[in-house]
Amino acid sequence: MIELAFQKKLISATGEMLLSVETTIKEGSLVTLYGKSGAGKTTILRILGGLTQPDSGKISIHDSVWLDTSKKINLKPQKRKVGFVFQDYALFPNMTVKENLEFALIKGEDNSIINHLIEMVELGELQHRYPLTLSGGQQQRVALARALVQKPKILMLDEPLSALEEEIRYKLQQYILTVHKEFGLTTILISHDISEVLRMSDTVIELENGKIIKQGPTNQIFNYKDLSAKFQLTGTLIQIIKQDFIYILSVQIGKDLVKIVADESEGENLVIGDKILVSAKAFNPIIQKIG
Amino acid sequence: MLDWQPLILTFKLALITTLLLFFIAIPLAYWMAFTKSKLKPVIETLVSMPLVLPPTVLGFYLLIAFSPSNAFGNWLNEWLGLRLIFSFEGLLLASILYSLPFMVHPIQSGFSNLPKSLKEMSYILGKSRTSTIIKVLLPNIKPSLLTGIVLAFAHTIGEFGVVLMIGGNIPGKTKVASIAIYDEVEALNYGAANTYSFILFALTFTILLIVYLFNNGYLKQFHK
Repeated sequence: MIELAFQKKLISATGEMLLSVETTIKEGSLVTLYGKSGAGKTTILRILGGLTQPDSGKISIHDSVWLDTSKKINLKPQKRKVGFVFQDYALFPNMTVKENLEFALIKGEDNSIINHLIEMVELGELQHRYPLTLSGGQQQRVALARALVQKPKILMLDEPLSALEEEIRYKLQQYILTVHKEFGLTTILISHDISEVLRMSDTVIELENGKIIKQGPTNQIFNYKDLSAKFQLTGTLIQIIKQDFIYILSVQIGKDLVKIVADESEGENLVIGDKILVSAKAFNPIIQKIG
Repeated sequence: MLDWQPLILTFKLALITTLLLFFIAIPLAYWMAFTKSKLKPVIETLVSMPLVLPPTVLGFYLLIAFSPSNAFGNWLNEWLGLRLIFSFEGLLLASILYSLPFMVHPIQSGFSNLPKSLKEMSYILGKSRTSTIIKVLLPNIKPSLLTGIVLAFAHTIGEFGVVLMIGGNIPGKTKVASIAIYDEVEALNYGAANTYSFILFALTFTILLIVYLFNNGYLKQFHK
């Protein structure tokens, strides 16, 4: 169990904001911090990693205390042993892929984990290349593998996929899910992409202006019950056109634009930018292989 | 026959100065790049002073400070057996102060321009500050290090005012090339002055050219 309770004053674009967080995270869960940019998501990860100091508070992980401002306890980042994937990956440009991983290895530890991780994220052919010669998706895999070399209990990922294209993104989500299971991690992920959150996490913590406004199982937070649908898709509403008694919704699903007809009762509450779930229940979708 | 001693002395001085400065400048530049201390502007100013101060001013105060007739100079002399005026050691110390900004500034800006995340990631991976500096930060600011080394070296070669004030003109001890040139001109030996001058000119040109070629990537094929 990870217990967090801390406060920190932040200066944001809109003025001063108090980041005030109090929550617990279950061991082994895959949690998403969800919310608009500037809500304090990254700062929470940085505080957990020991890179930013809160004004006051307490953090304890499996009974060991990492931070307790009332007792002046504050473990350095070096002692916290977390896996962290930064948004910019922070790969060391002077080291090859393999050297980046080796750098993370604790002296005297078995180095077979390095080859195992390289294989796991399919970097074998690239292991002697320098990070600046790799694509964004490849760099992300290196960062993910490097974060796992020390076999941390907690893995934190700061919007690891936001800069990547849809196809690569999907593959990387699979890598993250694989390592999450194989290493028995507690994973904390920042994302503001609902389809990603739905696909990956079991718990969501939603933040707004530095406060937790909702926390719970993913499907409850997004009001997405286990409906016995024949198919379901999530996407973003791009356009609404009213025609007589119906609405025509243009929904971006992945990178495709899909037009959907909605009746008046469904259409009138929607605004452009809403994240929506589209599902069909009564008819079987027809699926054919075309290529 | 040309007396090579002043040239050899010049390069010996520049070499030792650069070497010592390199190790002094790294911690200082690191501190200046990352500190939040209120002292920072004061230290920055002090480090930059040799850029604007006439070298004779620096030389003059060093001369006063190190003179055995003063308390500090006397203490150095009595306790450490160091006589810093009119000696090579004194020249070395003065050169280090005089060329300090040329080594510190490039390294400092190298450190500041690195993404903060590299340092933080190294800490997250359990590395100490020292091993982060040696294995992560320094290897990624090689061009800045090279610039600092070369500028400090070239600047020490070009020293005149400081040397004259604190070193004097003792052959083999403090008579560096720039002083020898002045000497030869005074003695109307334009030929010898020209030889010294030309050698200094050609050497400093070559050194700087190599740095700029290197930092602009023309020499990338020769190094990794």
